[in-house]
Amino acid sequence: MYGNVVRSVVVSVALAAPALADEIGDAERGKEIFELCGGCHEVGNGAENGIGPHLNGIFGRNAGSVAEGFPYSDGLKRAGADGLVWHLDKLDAYLTHPKLLVSDTRMNFDGLEEPQDRADVLAYLRIYSDDPGNIPEADPTAIPAEVQLPEDILALVGDAEYGAYLSSECKTCHQADGNDDGIPSITNWPQEDFVMAMHAYKRKIRPHPVMQMMAGRLSDEEIAALAAYFRDIE
Amino acid sequence: MTLNRRAFIGTGAAAAAMLSAPMLGAQGKPRVVVVGGGAGGATAARYIAKDSDGAIDVTLVEPTRAYYTCFFSNLYIGGFRELSSIGHSYGTLASEYGVNVVHDWAVGIDREAKTVTLAGGAVLPYDRLILSPGIDFVEESVPGWSVAAQNKMPHAYKAGSQTELLKAQIEAMPEGGLYAMVAPPNPYRCPPGPYERISMVAHLLKQINPTAKILIADPKDKFSKQALFEEGWQKHYGGMVERIGPDFGGGNVSVNPDEMTLDIDGSVENVNVCNVIPAQKAGRICDMAGITEGNWAPVVPATMQSRMDENIHVLGDATSQGDMPKSGYSANSQAKVAAMAVRGALTDSKVFPAKFSNTCWSLIDADDGVKVGASYEATEEKIAKVDGFISQTGEDAALRKATYEESVGWYAGITEDMFG
Repeated sequence: MYGNVVRSVVVSVALAAPALADEIGDAERGKEIFELCGGCHEVGNGAENGIGPHLNGIFGRNAGSVAEGFPYSDGLKRAGADGLVWHLDKLDAYLTHPKLLVSDTRMNFDGLEEPQDRADVLAYLRIYSDDPGNIPEADPTAIPAEVQLPEDILALVGDAEYGAYLSSECKTCHQADGNDDGIPSITNWPQEDFVMAMHAYKRKIRPHPVMQMMAGRLSDEEIAALAAYFRDIE
Repeated sequence: MTLNRRAFIGTGAAAAAMLSAPMLGAQGKPRVVVVGGGAGGATAARYIAKDSDGAIDVTLVEPTRAYYTCFFSNLYIGGFRELSSIGHSYGTLASEYGVNVVHDWAVGIDREAKTVTLAGGAVLPYDRLILSPGIDFVEESVPGWSVAAQNKMPHAYKAGSQTELLKAQIEAMPEGGLYAMVAPPNPYRCPPGPYERISMVAHLLKQINPTAKILIADPKDKFSKQALFEEGWQKHYGGMVERIGPDFGGGNVSVNPDEMTLDIDGSVENVNVCNVIPAQKAGRICDMAGITEGNWAPVVPATMQSRMDENIHVLGDATSQGDMPKSGYSANSQAKVAAMAVRGALTDSKVFPAKFSNTCWSLIDADDGVKVGASYEATEEKIAKVDGFISQTGEDAALRKATYEESVGWYAGITEDMFG
């Protein structure tokens, strides 16, 4: 997952273009492709089980549990019991070829070879699962803008001005004046300690979920920028 | 909905031209007016004033002098906080950051003239306007209830005197009495809020009135952190809490505040406390500005600009933006993106890519805290969720205690970030 090493100077490129997240795919095109699936599966208002289960609410649910009362294959039920949850990556694998994930599935389908086709179908299906605006823990609806990882992490010189902007997100919890009530102070750290800590969260070596999420989407330049900013903060 | 037609025609219907050119006010200094001094508005005012070093004239319009945060107001009901500990004033924003704080209601916006009119008669010109008015209630969403009945059946969904009233009513319940909540339909402020409130009401009743009961009429099939709350209610308050979902008529309710009755799908209950949380919409000023579509104000994800007027940014609960829940944390996060965009437009300061995040902590019982959070990025269409996490059922007591302590730290952090 973290082997995506790009040997280049990234900072100016990353800042020049606004980093927009990618939609899963084109839901309108996905709706058309879904006609291939429509012989067996329904989705949307009033969808019911047919030859296959209905697909409302599939994102984030355990395999073999999406549609109440549907007679799933033993293989799919076993996969569910083993902990297969229908997140985007698993659904993508299943649509690539169902037997990739579940050997004795009854889903008799040769798979969608084109990644774009799968992405579009999944974007269409995503509409009919929980909305994160109402249920914040619901599955994501987009793919994060890629964070690039060049080498020489500790040698990076952080842009403290960029760090000042990025730090506004940290200060929602970590108090700028360095007070510590339940959330540790992060002001005036040695730069190297800061960088190491953030990379450990980013790689999920350190355990805290909020920090893993925050660090996970920071590029190395951004971590360096934050380290530079917090080192000298008054 | 009342569209301000004159202003609307002036700018045309408009997801168009979101490019922003620097512009100067008549006195040479660009002017930003912020309406609403909560998690969105106070943060935006502070960041613009702080980061522009006096180059932008910032006026914050907020009717109340003492602002009570909705977040942590449930903890006051549960007895974990004093009301005074969630009250804040705007003194530091004025003295430390030079924000002009005006305690008044904004009652009109002229988008052509770019002015805000206050109830006291003052007219404030702006180069950029930031609206962060929070929520208002949808009239008639709970038949029999109106804002006029809020002293008999409090909503306590704007914190302060309503929260105090609700707590007093709960404390005055007869032994073995019934507290009922009419839960709101989606979307609404603070998705786990009603259920944290149930937890805190149960915590209070367990101590002072242990045979009392709690009834929730809920129009939603499911709600945020449901498994965590239901596990906690079972564990800490077994037999006390009953929830009636839409499959049993929880969405078909009416109330009679004079009789203190709650009708759920034709079956009438006498209740001692009835906490009605109605359906919600953007704060009225958004309608007055003519920037709503349905109940909410749609915004451009990367800058939080209104899709109907590039000179207006909208923050927090009042917006429709995509995947972020309506929460104080979200509003604070959006405010920083908007502050950067406003400074970029008015003073040519650097504009970095927008990043958003949110975490909602909830307290179920003493030292039993849970959380759900996510990070978000702008796509062209919306603010989209890209990653997230949630507390798990069955976590050990030490982790739950640490989660609660973290929420206390967050409260100190975000309120310092808002008010200085």
